[in-house]
Amino acid sequence: MNDIVQKKLNILADAAKYDVSCASSGNNRANTQGGVGNAVNCGICHSFTEDGRCISLLKVLMTNNCIYDCAYCINRRTNDRPRATLTVEELVDLTIGFYRRNYIEGLFLSSGVIKSPDYTMERMMLVAKKLRIEERYNGYIHMKAIPGASSDLIHQAGIWVDRLSVNIEIPSNPELKRLAPEKNYVDIYRPMNFIKENIIAQKEERKHLRHAPTFAPAGQSTQLIVGATPESDRQILSLASDLYQGQRLKRVYYSGYLPVNEYDQRLPAIKTPPLVRENRLYQSDWLMRFYKFKANEIVSDEHPFLDLEIDPKLAWALRNLHQFPINVNKAPYEMILRVPGIGVQSAQRIIEARKFRTLNTQHLTKIGVVMKRAKYFIVNNELPASVFDLPSETLRKQIILGDKPKPKSQPDTQLKLFSFGDNVKPLRLTTNLAMLD
Amino acid sequence: MLLVYDGTFEGYLSVVFEVYKRKLEPTEITAKEHFQHTMFTSKEEITTDFDHAERVWKGLQQKLKPELNQIPYSAWLSGEKGIEMALLEYIRQAFILPLSVEGNFGDANILTVRKAARRVMREAMRVLQFVRFQCTLDGIYFSAISPEYDVLPLTIKQLQNRFADQNWVVYDLKRDYGFYYNKKTSEEITLADKTFSRSTGAMPANLLQEEEGFYQQAWIGYCKSTTIRERLNPKLQRQHMPKRFWKYLTEKKR
Ligand code: SF4
Repeated sequence: MNDIVQKKLNILADAAKYDVSCASSGNNRANTQGGVGNAVNCGICHSFTEDGRCISLLKVLMTNNCIYDCAYCINRRTNDRPRATLTVEELVDLTIGFYRRNYIEGLFLSSGVIKSPDYTMERMMLVAKKLRIEERYNGYIHMKAIPGASSDLIHQAGIWVDRLSVNIEIPSNPELKRLAPEKNYVDIYRPMNFIKENIIAQKEERKHLRHAPTFAPAGQSTQLIVGATPESDRQILSLASDLYQGQRLKRVYYSGYLPVNEYDQRLPAIKTPPLVRENRLYQSDWLMRFYKFKANEIVSDEHPFLDLEIDPKLAWALRNLHQFPINVNKAPYEMILRVPGIGVQSAQRIIEARKFRTLNTQHLTKIGVVMKRAKYFIVNNELPASVFDLPSETLRKQIILGDKPKPKSQPDTQLKLFSFGDNVKPLRLTTNLAMLD
Repeated sequence: MLLVYDGTFEGYLSVVFEVYKRKLEPTEITAKEHFQHTMFTSKEEITTDFDHAERVWKGLQQKLKPELNQIPYSAWLSGEKGIEMALLEYIRQAFILPLSVEGNFGDANILTVRKAARRVMREAMRVLQFVRFQCTLDGIYFSAISPEYDVLPLTIKQLQNRFADQNWVVYDLKRDYGFYYNKKTSEEITLADKTFSRSTGAMPANLLQEEEGFYQQAWIGYCKSTTIRERLNPKLQRQHMPKRFWKYLTEKKR
């Protein structure tokens, strides 16, 4: 180990950083006798970058050499950049060395395509295999499947890793073809379907044979780049919704387009990435996964784009004032969950706490409800009913105005933070230790 | 009436036992070290009885939801003023309520206990996040940190699962004690001879394995390289990773 490895690591970490999916969650892998590591339920963040993102995994490319030329990618072959490749052994040593020092939860390995998709995939697969077999490593591994790689190699990789994913990147096939002529949706969906079927088959098999090997037990995820192409939020969210339901994806990540190749005329001329929009998409995604919203409730034909000024939950409530106010002491959980100012945790607490007594405003505040916002949408036995007659536009202005004096909150890329004004910050980095609430 | 105990959790549980047995109505329960003389209240010191403590603990466990049964201990660890009385109420309710006490968010005492427990659990979580091991010449992975509360005991099981096949030490600099794990079990230790920095826990290079320097440099370089300069947001960084931990973090050392 030496300076050269260090330099290569810097180049390849820099090249991998635009891939946002870093969560090492969704799987419990118990440590085996005498091995190193376990993957706990939710990813632990071991550090945070100066841009505020969680560092949970050693996120690195095996190589940033690539035979392709995707317009939105910094590693495209026509870019003149320093290039590097880490060997299988170097990747294994770095992962183990970092893991043993409690720097990371595991490895996130992606790669540019060298020689051929199969050649690339095979070497990536070997990293995982070596870690598991030779190093008896039980930490987390998330691997990118290379589109176009053979099913056999993807299958082998799936046996060793926790999560496999294929990035879609561009949210529609025609736009993908325009920006990445060498790629198409068929090549992306083929491995995605293959992985899905293997995950299902393997789960089934393990029901009968407890020691049957696992296959990507933490499921698969993908990433969509937002703002490089003209798709609407409605298109993006319905694609995401299909991916969750049809492809059974565990996570869809949204990445605001960073203008990395400004010279390319096919890309929009923007200076900064669309962070607010990215944030709103994550909030919408959150609503679909934890708040039981459907994509078409969040965006529709009349409202194909998300409101950048207010969060999608509030926006929905303002469009559906006829469903409010609701009585917090009686309403079902699903409805309480829809109140702006009440997050998942507060909603659960309300359900628990109201078994003991009728809840008043003070109780609600203590529980973590943001009354400043919720008061327009709920009744208990105290709140005056008059506020509910306000028209939607007035209410909107009033709420935005009410939010103003606060210092402008920073858009956050840490997904677990989104709580829609829920005062109670979730214990965001929970492991099974943090079992409270 | 004021009840005083020795400052241990068993001591506290012994108090609870006495309260039940003798139907006492304390107005305050406090650890000996925090006790301040008052003229007007009567005071009684309760001696710690492990048997009594265990009986209270066992009885209580049956009344708590298994996934929430660490709350009383964690809340007590917070050492917050008045937590003993709030916790007594929590325990009382746990024994008499037909519903599970954890859900009684409308009650000020229950909420106090849950919030205190939450703060403590969060601190334990931070230890698991931010502790950094350095591999010493004798092959022991050493780390030190100063958590706000005495939370190391809450982290040991997790560390053992995670680092099952390496010898390690995790040391609380503030409370001057730690745990040593020998690939089988862990034991509590106090290191008389401090070969490491008392403020940062850093071991001098001559006591570390040769490759340690490489991994530290590689990690520092990695953290820099993985930062997206276009999105700098130091405020957010500090929010997630409080400044008070930075001196223990390899990646934040110069
Ligand atoms: S295949 Fe991947 S690494 Fe290669 S240019 Fe396209 S996006 Fe970049």
